Amino acid sequence: MSAQHALRVESAGVPSTPPVGGVGKRPHVTVRALSKTFGKTVIYDNFDLDIPRGELISVFGPNGCGKSTLINMIAGLIPVDKGQILFDGMLLSEIKFGYVFQNYREALFPWMRAFDNIAYPLKLMKVPPAERRARTEALVARLGIKLDLNLFPYQMSGGQQQLVSIMRSLVVEPEILFLDEPFSALDYEMTLFMREQLQRLFMDTGMTMVLVSHDLEEAVYLADRVLLLSRHPARVADFTPVTAARPRTTVTLSEPDFVSTKAHCLDVFQREVRRA
Amino acid sequence: MNMKRFDSLLPIVGVVGLLAIWSVATAAQWVDPVLLPSPIATFKALWSGMHGVLGFDFVKTVYRTIMSTLIAAVIAIPLGIVLGSSERLYRSLEFVIDFFRSTPASAMFPLFLVLFGVGDETKISVAAFGAILVILFNVAYGVMNARKTRLLAAKVMGASRMRVLFDVMLLESLPQTFVGLRNGVSLALVIIVVAEMFIGSQDGLGHSVFEAQQLFDMPRMYAAIFAAGALGYALNLLFLTVERRFVHWSGK
Ligand SMILES: Nc1ncnc2c1ncn2[C@@H]1O[C@H](COP(=O)(O)OP(=O)(O)OP(=O)(O)O)[C@@H](O)[C@H]1O
Ligand SMILES: [Mg+2]
Repeated sequence: MSAQHALRVESAGVPSTPPVGGVGKRPHVTVRALSKTFGKTVIYDNFDLDIPRGELISVFGPNGCGKSTLINMIAGLIPVDKGQILFDGMLLSEIKFGYVFQNYREALFPWMRAFDNIAYPLKLMKVPPAERRARTEALVARLGIKLDLNLFPYQMSGGQQQLVSIMRSLVVEPEILFLDEPFSALDYEMTLFMREQLQRLFMDTGMTMVLVSHDLEEAVYLADRVLLLSRHPARVADFTPVTAARPRTTVTLSEPDFVSTKAHCLDVFQREVRRA
Repeated sequence: MNMKRFDSLLPIVGVVGLLAIWSVATAAQWVDPVLLPSPIATFKALWSGMHGVLGFDFVKTVYRTIMSTLIAAVIAIPLGIVLGSSERLYRSLEFVIDFFRSTPASAMFPLFLVLFGVGDETKISVAAFGAILVILFNVAYGVMNARKTRLLAAKVMGASRMRVLFDVMLLESLPQTFVGLRNGVSLALVIIVVAEMFIGSQDGLGHSVFEAQQLFDMPRMYAAIFAAGALGYALNLLFLTVERRFVHWSGK
């Protein structure tokens, strides 16, 4: 108990590199001295990061720089070699979080109807069936998403499947949501629609979200802050705030502020790519 | 457009064609009638046989094939899951499994005769032996090739190892398990029919074919062959139907 407390104090006290958040905003996730190598390739070496609470963070960087590795380590999908990741001072096992995979086709369970897919995490939490039903129905109603949840995943379009898998990650009422290129397997029209859905969800819940994206416009459009990573060993090249008001629309895309933020991110990105 | 309506009848074309050639061949006596009886004579033998001795033999063969497949499934499916869920364990047994999978089961007859005598047990256990290896191999591969993302998804949602095994791996392996079951039952039928021919058998389709040949009762021999063919086809169809119903997501 006291050890936990000590950690909490310490992590709040360590100056975050780079500094984040406005006055009085406590970081939600603190990553300290994170190291990870695959074979001989050093992906992270003494990496520090603070993720502010209630913000949507886009992670952007060169191919293979370690974006997925970063959120997978934060979400506990792969072990860290060294370092510490805390969520408001707590361990991953003490908090509720959601994870959305890029490959919805392989992330959903094809033997379950969409509804049961969404309710499955509650089953793992040993929530009784009646309550599972009620909570899943409540979530669907709250999101206002019109979908026939009696279908099996393979009977749905790609976007619908990804919506189902997002709903599945939300059913436990997570405090943080990780998304690894969630829309990159969808066609363009569906991608635009899904961005709006995600933005609405973020505005409704105010949940902390970490989104890996390989589309700079999408990364900037959705983010409160764009985390730009360098080639591996990955460093924070820049942690660019995006100030545009929400809800953002297609009009936002051509506003001068948005355009210059995007240009700045592109600059940083190209500088990092050339550095190699 | 008009042709489309008859498309469902296409499979019959081959059957009618075969019967036509067969009828002409026997009517024109291209083949010695002792070796190839007419279709009419054969189907008469089949019809009366199925209401008598041939029907009894048919039921015996069905019983033995189903029994051996059942025994094989009960042993091989849990074993395959255990082997498949530990890749290291499977790799260490892979050679042994592949070796016996490649050994003709018929070569095991004498051994099983010594072990079980000349009764039903021998036939059923040799067939089960063959089927076990086929099913085991497929189940283990099905489990091993479970989609990684799906396993990760379950894990990230907080599923324990056991839960992942029962909720994900098991269902992931079902399509491949059915491939194993279909191959297993086909192999079991082959082994059973061969066993019925040779090892002191008194009944079964294999015995029926063999006895008819010894007595030179060609219509009866062809009738028994057709009965065996129909049985093999029906078993395959049965498993396919069950598979379509229970593994509705297969290949999607
Ligand atoms: N399991 C693994 N074993 C070995 N190397 C790995 C493994 N996973 C990732 N890598 C390597 O680590 C580096 C970072 O991988 P990661 O998937 O995090 O990159 P990414 O930034 O998400 O790339 P992308 O833009 O392709 O999604 C890559 O060079 C990759 O080849
Ligand atoms: Mg990636």
